[in-house]
Amino acid sequence: MRVEITVNGQPHTREVEPRLLLVHFLRDTLSLTGTHIGCDTSSCGACTVLLDGVAVKSCTVLAAQADGRAVTTIEGLAGEDGLSPVQEGFRQCHGLQCGFCTPGMVMAATALLAERPDPTEQEIRNGLKGNMCRCTGYQMIVESVRWAAANGGAR
Amino acid sequence: MIPAGFSYVRAGSVEEALDELSRHGDAARLLAGGHSLLPAMKLRRAEPGVLIDIGRLGELSYVRADGDRIAVGALTTHRILERDPVVAEGAPLLAAAARRIGDQQVRNRGTIGGSLAHADPAADLAAAVLALDGVLVARGPSGVREIPAREFFTGRHRNALAAGELLTEIRLPAAAGLSQAFEKFSRRALDWAVVGVAAQARPGGGTAIALIGMGPTPVRATAVEEALAAGVPAAEAARLAARGCEPPDNAVASAAYRAHLAEVLVARALAAL
Ligand SMILES: Cc1cc2nc3c(=O)[nH]c(=O)nc-3n(C[C@H](O)[C@H](O)[C@H](O)COP(=O)(O)OP(=O)(O)OC[C@H]3O[C@@H](n4cnc5c(N)ncnc54)[C@H](O)[C@@H]3O)c2cc1C
Ligand code: FES
Ligand code: FES
Repeated sequence: MRVEITVNGQPHTREVEPRLLLVHFLRDTLSLTGTHIGCDTSSCGACTVLLDGVAVKSCTVLAAQADGRAVTTIEGLAGEDGLSPVQEGFRQCHGLQCGFCTPGMVMAATALLAERPDPTEQEIRNGLKGNMCRCTGYQMIVESVRWAAANGGAR
Repeated sequence: MIPAGFSYVRAGSVEEALDELSRHGDAARLLAGGHSLLPAMKLRRAEPGVLIDIGRLGELSYVRADGDRIAVGALTTHRILERDPVVAEGAPLLAAAARRIGDQQVRNRGTIGGSLAHADPAADLAAAVLALDGVLVARGPSGVREIPAREFFTGRHRNALAAGELLTEIRLPAAAGLSQAFEKFSRRALDWAVVGVAAQARPGGGTAIALIGMGPTPVRATAVEEALAAGVPAAEAARLAARGCEPPDNAVASAAYRAHLAEVLVARALAAL
């Protein structure tokens, strides 16, 4: 089937199998490998992207379901003026170690800040509970999101 | 992992979805938010030949105050239930349950119709709808019918829908101003309930209590409800929480532990009412 999906502002029209998952469309069809795959059970959140502005696990959405919609991936966050506040926050506060979970964390945190520009620690932990990190112990991630909230938010 | 191949049809209306369902029969499955079906398909636990995508039927995504009832469209997402002012006012138990589902990504996609139709024994919304004495509206080739929540869950992942039927609406008696409580115990932050409790004070007096994770289907804690009605103090009545239940005994939790959880969580819910 034919799908047209706008990714990071660029429309892409492709012929795909109905069973193609959005994460494979991004990684394999468009070679946007910033979005990661960390599990087989929709649990880890490494594959999180924004679909029409809301956070989704792209391993649990068919490319067919994203047809006609707009996707933002980690590659689409930085602007001409450099990293987004959330990306910069992770850099400033050491919000990553191996970096495998980071693209998903950053996208989920961006969605969280779009709705709650000044979240409490509990709201951050709640908002990111669909994203697993095997390295940091989460404390630095919470601090990174707080840094972002104080320095420009979701942009 | 990658699902087995299937053909994909996007329904443009409820009529179209019903036509496709009757055309493809058993080979077809409806796809709403996809957050129960796609994980099952990725693990090859489900291999439908045809997916009928109803995810874009905006006509089934709504919350309406309707006199002394609230009508919720089957395609309404958990995210909307969490935030909707009509739900917050008239069925806060539903919002409290929606808030406890999975994580923000899951709640952005999952729908109430999908959750109820999937009939997982631990589905949070099922507990709320059962405690609220909700009614599910199904549409099929032979018209529309209403199914009380108490009759809807017929077994683990089994429901009372007939072949060719789809859920269109959930009707709840408005419970404005009445107290309610939702308690859930899970192993990890984003997890399903090991055991969960939805409790709702009723308009005419009395308390309705539903349990999840305590058997193949969500159930009402009838023994506790009756004890409360007979004037037994809440803390004592809560000890009857597991009566008549057949909790699963598996790697997540033993049956005895679940029975204990049910008593503790019912006591907490009653104390919070
Ligand atoms: C990581 C993760 C964590 C989760 N945690 C929880 C949790 O804590 N608590 C909880 O309750 N749930 C949890 N869920 C499940 C989630 O709530 C699902 O969204 C929900 O169970 C199914 O809704 P859906 O719209 O995604 O349905 P789908 O997956 O699209 O469909 C599910 C089933 O229902 C059928 N169906 C869908 N819509 C209709 C309809 N209108 N009429 C008839 N049949 C229909 C489909 O054919 C399918 O068989 C979790 C899911 C994931 C992936
Ligand atoms: S890859 Fe783990 S949730 Fe998507
Ligand atoms: S930084 Fe390694 S998994 Fe999070």
